[in-house]
Amino acid sequence: MLGRLSLDAIPYDNGIIMFAVALMAIVGVVAVGSTTYLGKWGYLYKEWLTSVDHKKIGIMYIILAFVFLLRGFVDALMMRAQQATAGPGHSGYLPPEHFAELFTGHGTMMILFVAMPLIIGIINIAVPPQIGARDVAFPFMNSISLWLTYAGGLLIMASLAVGQFSTAGWTGYAPFSEYPANPSTGVDYWIWALQISGIGTTLTGINFLVTILRERAPGMTLMRMPIFTWTALITMIMVVLAFPALTVALGMLTLDRLFDFHFFTGGMGGNQMMYINMFWIWGHPEVYIVILPAFGVFSEVTATFCNKRLFGYRTMVYATMVIALLSFTVWVHHFFTMGQGPLRNTVFAISTMVIGIPTGVKIYNWMATMFRGRIEFKQPMLWTLGFILLFTVGGMTGVMLAIPGIDYKVHNSEFLVAHFHNVLIPGTIFGMFAGYTYWFPKAFGFRLDEQWGRRAFWGWTIGFTVAFMPLYVLGAMGMPRRMVSYSNPAWTPWLWVAAFGALIVLYGIACQVVQLLVSIKNRDRLADLTGDPWGGRTLEWAMSSPPAEYNFAVIPTVHGIDAFMEMKEQGTAYQQPAEYSDIHMPKSTPAGLVIGAGAFVFGFGVIWWIWWLAILGGLTMLASVIWRACTDDVEFTIPAAEVKRVEDERFRKLALAGQRGDVIDTGSRGRMPFGGDMTGLHPG
Amino acid sequence: MATTDASMHDEIQAEASQGTVVNFGFWIYLMSDVIIFSMLFAGFVVLSTSYAGGPTGRELFELPGVFLETLALLFSSLTYGLVMISLRQGNKRRVQGWLLVTFLLGACFIGLELHEFLSLALEGHGPQRSGFLSAFFTLVGTHGTHVTFGLLWILVMVGQVAYKGLTPAVASRLTRLSLFWHFLDIVWIAVFSTVYLGGMYR
Repeated sequence: MLGRLSLDAIPYDNGIIMFAVALMAIVGVVAVGSTTYLGKWGYLYKEWLTSVDHKKIGIMYIILAFVFLLRGFVDALMMRAQQATAGPGHSGYLPPEHFAELFTGHGTMMILFVAMPLIIGIINIAVPPQIGARDVAFPFMNSISLWLTYAGGLLIMASLAVGQFSTAGWTGYAPFSEYPANPSTGVDYWIWALQISGIGTTLTGINFLVTILRERAPGMTLMRMPIFTWTALITMIMVVLAFPALTVALGMLTLDRLFDFHFFTGGMGGNQMMYINMFWIWGHPEVYIVILPAFGVFSEVTATFCNKRLFGYRTMVYATMVIALLSFTVWVHHFFTMGQGPLRNTVFAISTMVIGIPTGVKIYNWMATMFRGRIEFKQPMLWTLGFILLFTVGGMTGVMLAIPGIDYKVHNSEFLVAHFHNVLIPGTIFGMFAGYTYWFPKAFGFRLDEQWGRRAFWGWTIGFTVAFMPLYVLGAMGMPRRMVSYSNPAWTPWLWVAAFGALIVLYGIACQVVQLLVSIKNRDRLADLTGDPWGGRTLEWAMSSPPAEYNFAVIPTVHGIDAFMEMKEQGTAYQQPAEYSDIHMPKSTPAGLVIGAGAFVFGFGVIWWIWWLAILGGLTMLASVIWRACTDDVEFTIPAAEVKRVEDERFRKLALAGQRGDVIDTGSRGRMPFGGDMTGLHPG
Repeated sequence: MATTDASMHDEIQAEASQGTVVNFGFWIYLMSDVIIFSMLFAGFVVLSTSYAGGPTGRELFELPGVFLETLALLFSSLTYGLVMISLRQGNKRRVQGWLLVTFLLGACFIGLELHEFLSLALEGHGPQRSGFLSAFFTLVGTHGTHVTFGLLWILVMVGQVAYKGLTPAVASRLTRLSLFWHFLDIVWIAVFSTVYLGGMYR
């Protein structure tokens, strides 16, 4: 009846886990309790859970990402504490099994449930308005993607309380992830969390690929798209090409584990190298899937805060394309040591090093944009500057790792750990923080507090450096990754430094939490009445903040790159049209939520071999899809009068902003409020 | 105002092209499915001689049965073509009729495939026997699962045609089902060539 699920599945004996579970339960009870107390269930259901609005879906993605960022970071702190205290003669405070769950969970969560939802969330918020669209091509599918991602995340959360998480690392290499070596539910939780959220991501890829190619405003040719939209487009092409490979690799592993197939087993004709190849055929493009949108954010931010058109727009686009193409040709560099022979290793080494060239083009483009620009050191720009400095170091060590001779020495060592954190934190995470601070006023109508933002920036930058530079040293000293304890006393001081660095990062994260609270408290003072708090160049800043449900009352016509800047220069940016027409928007639907719930139930059933539950979850999904496929009436109309009312309100706010002189405080260079004189701001 | 005119024009165009946007999205989905099958084919080729002491494809495959399967699926593609012609003629009964014929041919295909799978498994040559057989069952079975969902979709569409008639929305869905069905046919040609013909000469 309950498969292999019994009360033994709850880890009573592990105090740390029970504490985390209790904390989770308290947060859950408080959330449910306060929603009930405030009588907000209806609001939550109608306005958020069933919403197909890309802006709300984006926000929900980012909430998920921040929850998992906290969890993943706690895992990191625990690992740093363990390694600092588990030197010669000590075993630290964690048993090896628990430590293995930590590094597996940390990697899985940070990539799939922090980086991905942050990226998809920010793309959801920024891309449709950047191309002058009212929503994505498939709003309902967007909601399915969101809830599938939540279902995967919820499975990871469930693994904390019921059963355990995988101990096989975030890559889950066979045969260790196979049933004979790892019969517990851990690997199954890992598989289904990735599988379900991965399918959601594939759907997102299809959705945005079509959105960007087919829903652009008139006049916005491909070569007039904002760079962030370009990177999103190329990322989504990569998602559609790469994620199915993960689906297949995980599917085969599932068949091995559940039904005794022999894809990756030891013996009976299984081929373990095939798993590693298949995983990295997805895994390497995935690395660029999480970095390219960050490059896009940095491009937007640099242009905006240097008050210049981005240097080398075309080369930026081509560099992004080349990186995407090359990213599919380098996967073997993750296992140079596994005996492909020198010829194949050389081919993949060269293709890996070649990626440095388009990336270098981008770095120079950003620097050339800053050159003779009027740089405003606002939070998004700070993250960008931190990125350029630190990421370059990470890129260099990447080229070192791409040399097979060096890789043989530092493969799977702390050097590697230092390298990929050095590209992922200053690259992806800083990029997403830049995007978060940059587009936050667009999503919520008020800016984030500068002071606390600066503190967060310094906490992260210094903390990152202190935490990860020692790992390069440790790698060079020969320390392997994922060590629960060790016997070399020379490593201990470096690990203490790293642990201290993690605490500085903790300070940075604390500042971000405070920043959010302070900003909410001061939201009136930080209010963005114009919709254009930074002097933006692209179309999303032409909308009010937060935007009306339909984004644009009148779809703009685009005449060049940096469409909104052009409108401001020509004085056409803030003209109220004489009349409005009806707008058709997609209706909310609970089907996406139900499909996500079905996926969670299905995953849970399969993990615990509760087959009736799995069938129930599967049928729920199937029934929702069929029900939806038979629904024709999926849109509603916002009448022109209602549009006029909303837009009148917006223009009233704009007038108020003009009176308050809000816009002027965004810079000391005397930039004029909306519609004003913008000449002289457009060098070269 | 010029912009208003442009946007209204755009909106009208957008509504007219909504169907093509959905079809384009469906094409992209099919391309992602191509990746799924590519990976399965690659896996099959890697494991195609990993018999682990078990039987080879040459010993197991019975081409006459596979030939019948192939005929059923290829003719179902033809009959689905007739669905689309009837749709263009606006002949509701004929659309339903050809949909049902397509369904029957697809069901024959699935029946034959299940028969093959079951007889292999009952002789002790199930997917657990060797890496080769795991890859064989997974590749062919994934295609079969697609066909099964296609059959379900056909039934849903028969119902929609009956209740809603040949509305633009229904016609648009029939177009995508057509893409899906022909796609599965093409994949089957690759399965037949790689797995069965290749297996006979490996």
